[in-house]
Amino acid sequence: MSFQPVKFYQTGTFTVGNRLLPDGERSVQSTVRRHNSLNSGHRACQGCGEALGARYAIDAAMEVTGGQLIAANATGCLEVFSTPYPETSWQVPWIHSLFGNTAAVATGIAAALRVKGREDVRVVAQGGDGGTTDIGFGCLSGMFERNDDVLYICYDNGAYMNTGVQRSSATPPAARTATTAAVGSTPGNTFGQGKDLPAIAMAHGIPYVATATVSELRDLEAKVRRAMEFRGARYLHILVPCPLGWGHDSSLTIRMARLAHESGIFPVFEAENGEVTGVAKIRRQVPVEEYLKPQKRYAHLFSPRPNEDVIRRIQAQADRNIRRYRLLQDS
Amino acid sequence: MLKQIEGSHAVAEAVALCRPEVICAYPISPQTHIVEGLGEMVKAGELSPCEFINVESEFAAMSVAIGASAAGARAYTATASQGLLFMTEAVFNAAGMGLPIVMTVANRAIGAPINIWNDHTDSMSQRDCGWIQLFAETNQEALDLHIQAFRLAEELSLPVMVCMDGFILTHAYERVDMPTQEQVDAFLPPFEPRQVLDPQDPVSMGAMVGPEAFTEVRYLAHVKQMQALDLIPGWAEEFRKAFGRDSGGLMHQYRMEDADTVVVALGSVLGTIKDTVDGLREKGHRIGVLGITCFRPWPTSALRAALERARKVSVVEKAFGVGLGGIVSANVRTSYSGSLDDVFTVIAGLGGRPITRESLARAFTEVEQGTSAPLVFLDLNRAAVDRALARERESRRSGPIAEALLRDVGLVTAQLR
Ligand SMILES: Cc1ncc(C[n+]2csc(CCOP(=O)(O)OP(=O)(O)O)c2C)c(N)n1
Ligand code: SF4
Ligand SMILES: [Mg+2]
Repeated sequence: MSFQPVKFYQTGTFTVGNRLLPDGERSVQSTVRRHNSLNSGHRACQGCGEALGARYAIDAAMEVTGGQLIAANATGCLEVFSTPYPETSWQVPWIHSLFGNTAAVATGIAAALRVKGREDVRVVAQGGDGGTTDIGFGCLSGMFERNDDVLYICYDNGAYMNTGVQRSSATPPAARTATTAAVGSTPGNTFGQGKDLPAIAMAHGIPYVATATVSELRDLEAKVRRAMEFRGARYLHILVPCPLGWGHDSSLTIRMARLAHESGIFPVFEAENGEVTGVAKIRRQVPVEEYLKPQKRYAHLFSPRPNEDVIRRIQAQADRNIRRYRLLQDS
Repeated sequence: MLKQIEGSHAVAEAVALCRPEVICAYPISPQTHIVEGLGEMVKAGELSPCEFINVESEFAAMSVAIGASAAGARAYTATASQGLLFMTEAVFNAAGMGLPIVMTVANRAIGAPINIWNDHTDSMSQRDCGWIQLFAETNQEALDLHIQAFRLAEELSLPVMVCMDGFILTHAYERVDMPTQEQVDAFLPPFEPRQVLDPQDPVSMGAMVGPEAFTEVRYLAHVKQMQALDLIPGWAEEFRKAFGRDSGGLMHQYRMEDADTVVVALGSVLGTIKDTVDGLREKGHRIGVLGITCFRPWPTSALRAALERARKVSVVEKAFGVGLGGIVSANVRTSYSGSLDDVFTVIAGLGGRPITRESLARAFTEVEQGTSAPLVFLDLNRAAVDRALARERESRRSGPIAEALLRDVGLVTAQLR
C-alpha cells in the first residue's frame, strides 16, 4: 500500500497535518483506500462545511466497518445536494425517507439487520440541526432512550439552510436568519433560547456522545471510530459552517470552525455513559469578535457601530463554556 | 383449527403465522390488543426471529417499519384513528417508496370531538395515499386478509392496509378457523425484496425527483395498483382452494340476482345490512348487497359489471367528505352506468352510533320508492342540530359546539324518558 505524501499542514495554527504523522494516524482521506462515500459531483455550495463533515464522517465509518455500513439521511441540504435525481453521490447504501423520522428509520434498519443476524453491518443516521434538534427530536429521543444500535450524526450549521436560512433551535443568539431579521431593538436571534443537544443526548445516558468541528478532521474521524467501538445509541454533533447562511467567504469554512472552537463558542468534547471523558483543549483563547466579524449574520453587531453589550453577552457564553468544560490548556 | 377468540387476538395470531420480522407498536384504542398479543408472542419466544419495538409515536412506528422494510425485513404495525393521522407523512412515504409494509387499521372516528368508537373516517382520510386498502367484514375475513395482504404487498412492492372495524370486530369474541403454519407457509413465500439496502450492492433510496420524472414515478404507483386488481381475484380463488373459505377478493355479492336496488357498503356493517335485506326480500323487495373488500385500488370494471342491472344504488358509509357528502358514493358514481341521481348516500354509524335494521330498512325503502334525499344522515337528531344552529343565530359567543350539543342531547334524552 503506497501513501501519497499529502501536504495538509495548516499554517498559522496548532493543527498537526498529515505529513507529520505516521501512516497509521493519517486521515482516511489521505489514503488511496478511502471510500469516497460521498463522491464528487454533488451540488453543495463551494466551501460547504456540511459536505466536508459528511465526507469525513462517513468515510471514517466505512473504514472502521470495512464498508459494512448503511446510512439513513434526513431531508436537508445534505440530502438535496447529494442526490439530484437520477444522480447520487453516495457510495454507501443510503435512504432518505422524511425530514423528521431519520432516527426511527435507522432504528428500523438496525432491527432488520439484527433479525437477519447481520449485526456486522452498522447503521448511521444523519441530518441537519433542524432535522435533529427540532422536527426529528421526538424520534431521536426515542432512539436514544431505547438504546438502538445507531450512530446519529448531526451536522449543525445553525439554521434551516436548505429552505433559505431560517432559525432553528440550534441558531445561536444574535445571529441573523431569514426569520430572526437583523432589525428592531434586539436584532437577530433571541438570547436565552435554544437546545444544547449534546447535553440532552448525554442526559439519556447513551454510551457515547461527542462534538467535533470540520477544522479538526482527524479528531472528527477519531470520534467516529470511537463511536463505532460501542453498541447502542451514539451521538456525534459536528459544527459545520455554511458560507451561504453564515455569510462568510467560502474559503473561510475551516477557519470559522476553528475560531468557534478556539473562542469557546463551540466546546469540543467526548462523553461516555453520560460523563465527559475528554475535551479538545484551547491553547490560546481568541476573543469572540474574531469569530463573529467575518460572518454577515453578525454584521449588525459591528455596524453602524459596535453593539458592545451583545458582544459581551456572547463572550460571556463562550467563557462559560470554557469554564464548564475546562477548555483552557492549563485548566 | 376452530377457536373462539377475540378479533384482535385472531389477527395477532394470523400476523404471527405470516412470520413478520419487525413489528412496531404504539398504543391506541381499539388497536391495542393486536400489538399486545404480538408483543407477548415475541417476548415468549413463540414468534422468532422477530424484533418487537415499542416506539415513541405512530410517526416513529411507520418510520421504523420503513427502515426495516427497506433493509429487507417483513415489517408490520397496527394503528387507528389519531394514530393513523399522526403517521400520515410516513404513510405516504412508505407508499411512495414502494415498501411492502402491512398495517392493520382498527377503524375509529377522528377527533375533534375526540371519540374512541368505530367509523371509517381514519382509513378514508388515507384513501389516496397509495396504499392498498382492504376492508374486512368479519373476524374470519380480517385474519384471512392479513395472510393475503403480505403476499400482495410483497409481490407488488406496495404497502397494504387491512381495515377492520374497531370494537365491533377487534373486541368481538367469535369463532374463527385459524390456519396452520404449514398452510400459511405454502400460501405466502418468503419475502424477496425488489429493493434493499445492502452494502454488497449499494443503492440510494428516496432521492430527490424533479418534474422530469415525477409524473412517471407516480404513474407507476397507479400501474401497480391496477396490477393488484388483476391479482386479487385469482389469489382469493387460490386462497379458497387452500383454506376452504371465501375471504378477500375485490367484492362480495349477496342476493344480487334480479336486484333492482343494490346496497353498497364496506366492513362489518354488511352483516346488519344482509339481515335487513333478508327481511326486505321476505316482503318481496328486489334488493341485494354488494360488499366492497378492496377499496383501493377501486375495482371500477368489476363494480360496473356488478351494478349493471341495478336501477337504484344505496351506499351506506361510515365516513363522509365534509362539504361534499359520501366518499364511497363518489367512487361508486365513477363505476355506475345508470343515472348518477340514482346513487344515494346513507351516512351511518359515525363515532360508533348503532346502525339498526329498522333504520336501514326505512332508508332502503325510501331509496326504492324514490322518496329518499340524495344524502341522508341516518338517525340524525335534527332537534339537537336545530338548537345548536339557533344558539349560533342568537348569540355571537355561542361557545364550544360539541360541549353545548352534548348538554342538549342529555336534556333531550331526559325529556324523552
Ligand atoms: C415535514 C417537513 N417540514 C418542512 C420541510 C421543509 N424543509 C426541508 S429541508 C429543511 C431545512 C433543513 O434544515 P436542517 O435540518 O438544519 O438541514 P440543513 O439544510 O441546514 O443542512 C426544511 C425546513 C420538509 N421537507 N418536511
Ligand atoms: S446552503 Fe450551506 S449547508 Fe447548504 S449546501 Fe450551501 S453551504 Fe452547504
Ligand atoms: Mg441546518
